[in-house]
Amino acid sequence: MTITHLTINGEAHSQQIDPRESLADFLRERLNLTGTHLGCEQGACGACTVSIDGMVVRSCVVLAVMCDGRKIETIEGTRNTEPMDIIRRHFHEKHALQCGFCTPGMLMMARDIIARHPEPNESVIRNQLSGQICRCTGYAGIVAAISSAAREIRDSAQ
Amino acid sequence: MKPAAFQYSRPGTVAEAIALLSAAAGSAMPISGGQSLLILMSLRLTMIDMLVDVSRLPELREIRDDRRHVFIGATTTHATIEDGKIPDPSSGLMSRVASKIAYRAIRNLGTIGGSMALADPSADWPPCLIALDAEVSIAGPDGQRWEKAEDFVRGAYETSLLPAEIVLGVRIPRRKSARWGTCKVSRKSGAFADSMAVFVEASDDGPPRAALTGTTSHARLLPRVSQYAQDHSFLDAGDLRAVILDDLAELVPDADPYQLRCHVATVSRAITEARSS
Repeated sequence: MTITHLTINGEAHSQQIDPRESLADFLRERLNLTGTHLGCEQGACGACTVSIDGMVVRSCVVLAVMCDGRKIETIEGTRNTEPMDIIRRHFHEKHALQCGFCTPGMLMMARDIIARHPEPNESVIRNQLSGQICRCTGYAGIVAAISSAAREIRDSAQ
Repeated sequence: MKPAAFQYSRPGTVAEAIALLSAAAGSAMPISGGQSLLILMSLRLTMIDMLVDVSRLPELREIRDDRRHVFIGATTTHATIEDGKIPDPSSGLMSRVASKIAYRAIRNLGTIGGSMALADPSADWPPCLIALDAEVSIAGPDGQRWEKAEDFVRGAYETSLLPAEIVLGVRIPRRKSARWGTCKVSRKSGAFADSMAVFVEASDDGPPRAALTGTTSHARLLPRVSQYAQDHSFLDAGDLRAVILDDLAELVPDADPYQLRCHVATVSRAITEARSS
């Protein structure tokens, strides 16, 4: 067990962590932040995407002990924040989800895509989303939501 | 999908890391991004007693540019290279290769040194660094040594690293007016390559270099293809194909017809791209 200091959604935590514990398990099992979903647990599906110091990562292939001193943001931490509220509304309006299992990871990734590509065309969005798996929607709604959210965010910044 | 229990340590210097690896006598592994290693551990494909976290060692983060070479520290992430945040000795080749490794969330943590040290037979950095004629800097109990990328990679998940050695970084020569091409075939974007070729040629020093990966073994230089490119400024598609098949017959004798077609296509396209740039 190793004492690890983490800031999660703005709140400081110091915990004894077993080295084999993934960041995803730590968030879900210890802190009850179950918005971070676990699909494959081998870095393939993207459902567990969170951000560490502003970078998107897959929390199932990150050891919590290696995050000592880092700032973690989960889907719960994006409530009432811009631009995530705009992206969330476009996901709703464009039917970008059905069962919702992939949605937390999709939203975290969508925000990152828009931050790096303020004017993403469909091919950029599809390429950047290729690591996020959705088994319901066929992706069309998700791509449309990211595209229209990016437009609104761009327009509101001008 | 959980790794078996292991010990974890985070040394403060390279010397401490080497001492820990030495004491563990082969049962410990360095970890930085962990984007391949942790998955192998979760799938229980590899068992490790101790992970030595080298991700914060300052020596492994160094970037040095002395005009003739660029040294890239081992823990430099794929995303850093993709975004062009460090000096680029390759006229854009490395950024392009980085951008096609897995997915952005993986590229944010995965490192160039880790990719070389793990030596997955389909990993992207080994053929790129072999084509760029890079050298790997290695530190161990007996001091520091350099090894050419093509000699460093020895087989699938096999390198010349001894159990207590770690990769410090890679040194890449700057080549004048270098032209390059690369082509990767994978079943979906972000997946490991079924075949990936990188071709680099420069007007100044050294012959052209073509490298291939995605075979059952490891990334290799294609000697006959490189020679053919040196001797021919204009390519004949049929001759080129025959030369590629010659190299493949020796380097990948067990390739099936589909794999051969993939390899011929990626090598041809990489050279064509370089020649049309």
